[in-house]
Amino acid sequence: MPQYAVVVYQPAPADPMEISAEYAEALERYPAQVEELGGRGVAGYALQPSTTATAVRGDIITDGPFVEAKEVVAGFFVLEAPDLDVALKIAKLNPVYLDGGGVEVRPLFVPPAE
Amino acid sequence: MSLGDNGGTAAAERAVTEAHRREWAFVLAATARVVGDLDVAEECVQDAYLAALETWAREGVPRRPGAWLTTTAKRRALDVLRRERILRAKMPLLVEPGEVEMDEFDGESIPDDRLRLIFTCCHPALAREAQVALTLRLVCGVSTADIARVFLVSEPTMAARVTRAKKKISVARIPYRVPDAAELPERLDTVLSVVHLLYTTGHTASSGTDLVRADVIDHALNLARMILALMPDEPEVRGLLALVLLTDARRATRTDAQGRLLLLEEQDRSGWDRAAIEEGGRLLAGAFRTGRVGRYTLQAAIACLHAVAVSYAATDWHHILRLYDQLLSVWPSPVVALNRAVAVSMVAGPQAALDELDALERDGRLAGYHYLPAIRADLLRRLDRPGEAAVAYRAALDLADNEAEREFLAARLSEAVDPGSGRSPEG
Repeated sequence: MPQYAVVVYQPAPADPMEISAEYAEALERYPAQVEELGGRGVAGYALQPSTTATAVRGDIITDGPFVEAKEVVAGFFVLEAPDLDVALKIAKLNPVYLDGGGVEVRPLFVPPAE
Repeated sequence: MSLGDNGGTAAAERAVTEAHRREWAFVLAATARVVGDLDVAEECVQDAYLAALETWAREGVPRRPGAWLTTTAKRRALDVLRRERILRAKMPLLVEPGEVEMDEFDGESIPDDRLRLIFTCCHPALAREAQVALTLRLVCGVSTADIARVFLVSEPTMAARVTRAKKKISVARIPYRVPDAAELPERLDTVLSVVHLLYTTGHTASSGTDLVRADVIDHALNLARMILALMPDEPEVRGLLALVLLTDARRATRTDAQGRLLLLEEQDRSGWDRAAIEEGGRLLAGAFRTGRVGRYTLQAAIACLHAVAVSYAATDWHHILRLYDQLLSVWPSPVVALNRAVAVSMVAGPQAALDELDALERDGRLAGYHYLPAIRADLLRRLDRPGEAAVAYRAALDLADNEAEREFLAARLSEAVDPGSGRSPEG
């Protein structure tokens, strides 16, 4: 089955300790919904707020996330789903929208066979 | 009767051209499902058409050209895949399990996969411009060079756009299937938007000197007819075909002999295509009978009232305004609100419409849309306020790209500035 990275974005600084009670509650229910729709979470992580990020471009080190934007990466998970339609259905249910965020769905790279 | 060389070649050429026009989508859709790769399928379908030219000239045109082409294209595609051993290595097109039969060669029972092809080309994960380009290339069989000309980009740019879209379908695993009932309304809406965008692209070429691109309109019409034949129970498909027919019925009268744009009120109604209006009216009645009336059906109903009116003044503006109210409730778009304002001006006078336009201007979503100042200018002209009208005509001119529309606006501007200039010197 194809695998997708689901990258979760939230308004900066995306502090996981500051999420709304509504979002926290919906997150509890999310894994069951993923399975119900025919997907499987392979691995997932939440990140510390973007204020803790450090960008490194070659020798140059700067404070903050790599791309300065109003919305930053809050976390990501790897999703296994039969096709993009199922992956998008699962992505639509991701409760991050409750806190003004959204997700990007992007297929994992599979090196071509020999 | 035996055909001489030239006779056979000419007949084959005609049959291939006809088969390209009528069966391209069918052949490609069936080939793509069996070989599981859009790129390979497209290449092999092209090869099959070339082979047809030669074989049909020699052996005569087969009884069912579409089946011959499909079988030939599939054989070639499977050969290519075996030879290149990419059957496993490449990401195959995702088709529901149990539906792929690799030896489906009997030619008598080729399933119609055109809807799969259409829904895949118009998948919401693809950018709108990619959806349109893919639909033209894969469903209508238009060459990349011609698509590039329609959208005023270079051929390599368009080729890259099509390649990127096909790669996304394969890598992101966009499935090759008709969406299930729950998703269908939304997905069908995307398909219909693509067809409608194609029509409007042909109806008002966004720049250049010709107002209309007839070939693009024909592709939109053929697509709408194809989708209706495949989904006869969807009222909005009927509504879209009706809308295209009823709007396009006025094509010949939209500009004068010099290419100058003519307003609806100036057009010679005897030049409207009666057959198209009748067909559109019949389709519209069918769509209304279902009781499920959507935005295309409502727009078609408005176009129909214009098409059947004996003159601009004698148009049933009260009915049109009611339809706009209904349209605005199912499709709350500022462009609809702007067109509704024109109907308001005909029912309640230009001042009432001007108030609606003020509200739209404050809303801000139409900033940069040249029809907003153009309609404002016309209302001011009708209210005999030439100074303000001139300001609005200038604003519209700054925003319009199409030459025919620019000329029209420039002429109206000079009339507003110098009321004598629009008339002939003898006048």
